[in-house]
Amino acid sequence: MRNPLSKKIETIQPSGIRKFFDIVSEMEDVISLGVGEPDFDTPWHIRDEGIYTLEKGRTFYTSNSGLKELRVAIAEYLRRRFEVSYDPLHEILVTVGGSEGIDVALRAMLDPGDEVLIPEPCYVSYVPCVILADGVPVTIELKEENQFRLTKEELLAAITDKTKILVMPFPNNPTGGVMRREDLEEIAQVCIEKDIYVLSDEIYSELTYGADHVSIASLPGMKERTLLINGFSKSYAMTGWRLGYICGPQVIVEQMTKIHQFAIMCAPTNSQYAAVEALRHGDEDVAQMRTAYDQRRRYLMHAFKEMGLSCFEPFGAFYVFPCIKEFGMSSDEFATRLLEEEHVAVVPGSAFGACGEGFVRISYAYSLENLKLAMERLSRFVGHLREWQKK
Amino acid sequence: MREQILTFLEKNSKIDLQELAILLGSSETVIANEVAQMEKEQVICGYHTLIDWEKTSSEKVTALIEVRVTPQRGQGFDSIAERIYNYPEVQSVYLISGAYDLLVILEGRTLRDVSSFVSDKLSTLDTVLSTATHFILKKYKDYGTIFGKKTKDERMLVTP
Repeated sequence: MRNPLSKKIETIQPSGIRKFFDIVSEMEDVISLGVGEPDFDTPWHIRDEGIYTLEKGRTFYTSNSGLKELRVAIAEYLRRRFEVSYDPLHEILVTVGGSEGIDVALRAMLDPGDEVLIPEPCYVSYVPCVILADGVPVTIELKEENQFRLTKEELLAAITDKTKILVMPFPNNPTGGVMRREDLEEIAQVCIEKDIYVLSDEIYSELTYGADHVSIASLPGMKERTLLINGFSKSYAMTGWRLGYICGPQVIVEQMTKIHQFAIMCAPTNSQYAAVEALRHGDEDVAQMRTAYDQRRRYLMHAFKEMGLSCFEPFGAFYVFPCIKEFGMSSDEFATRLLEEEHVAVVPGSAFGACGEGFVRISYAYSLENLKLAMERLSRFVGHLREWQKK
Repeated sequence: MREQILTFLEKNSKIDLQELAILLGSSETVIANEVAQMEKEQVICGYHTLIDWEKTSSEKVTALIEVRVTPQRGQGFDSIAERIYNYPEVQSVYLISGAYDLLVILEGRTLRDVSSFVSDKLSTLDTVLSTATHFILKKYKDYGTIFGKKTKDERMLVTP
């Protein structure tokens, strides 16, 4: 028989997280700190709107770009929160989660051989999506000493004649790193000078601690070369609703809408109505969840300090990214042994790119009780490792 | 800071102050002083425990009693409220706007306890015009806590 598979798909490795998930799901009594989604339920008024919409029989397709009502609400929200204004009719596309936005943007913009710069460690989708869109992924290794921020120098060093897009995954999964306004200004300047587009994945924009998130699209000269991805999964605890959006220049949005139209039709109608309710009346919920995450973040930083585990202080998302290099083992081995010996699941940093090696991702989308239990176990584990090292 | 402390204590009065200090990014001394001060000012009036009595073998009857009264010159509703709230079996007394004046929450061991309180003590007060007694059949949620709610984590164990 002929090989049923394309050469392209065979070059793509499955996510390193998947492998770990398979081990974890076989075990019992595991405290998992491995998830990338909120532990909160979707706020009741949003769920209630979803139920009401179903009761009313609003179960048909919406327009390809999404409900106009929702796009208007998105535009209003982005203006209010991040001082960037988009035309709801021509510059916003409602997608199936932020993930679809990544895919359609790359497919709409890349020709074979075009290079896409991807700062790592980062979310697992960018590299495979670039390959699927016939682009060439070029990774940039972010450094802990820079708090996992992208610097101007790192960016300049990675740019070639073929560079077309820079992915900006901030606030960052898995490091929790954020870009401040002054950091973004340097990056923006380079992008303008070198004529590079930016794919800014701001799905964690509501989850920053200390200072508000700044969207690179709000900087002068950047809106016309930025695709802004955001969504409802993290901010409103709506992961399972699968709803996000991508905003950008009309010429690109039109083409992305074509792909979306042929591949997806439209995002789930029920979720779109619920999302309108989220944007209109959800600010208080977001603030409450942010406060809870921030407290857990402080708790973990304190716990690491107590056990002498080195970790830069992250100010975004709901992850901490402690360094485990002192134990002289790979992050995969560390995570596996932590799982086997103490039944605590964390994700090896290497799953998020080669430069994630030497770190593990710990999610704090868990209740304090859970985190406390997990930190007791982690502390015991780290203690054992140090004893063995001495021998 | 006060509001943050209170938000926590309202949900969990047993929280360790050292832990609270970590969560709020403050020091234990600051938190302890603030709590002591609020106790003194009676901002914090007590530390109670939320109990689902249905899960115990103890029998209790709770009633909500709507009371219409004649306010008294110079004292309004305060003195009549005081006469009612001084009974130890009375849990709460609220002044209410609308069709009646006071809402009295009463706890007794039996229906008879409650009805004798209403007929012998409450109705016989000079200023009480009328009462309407409602018995609570089941508590679903109290003080923001849903009784008997399942808390299983249904998320997948590891996701990107």
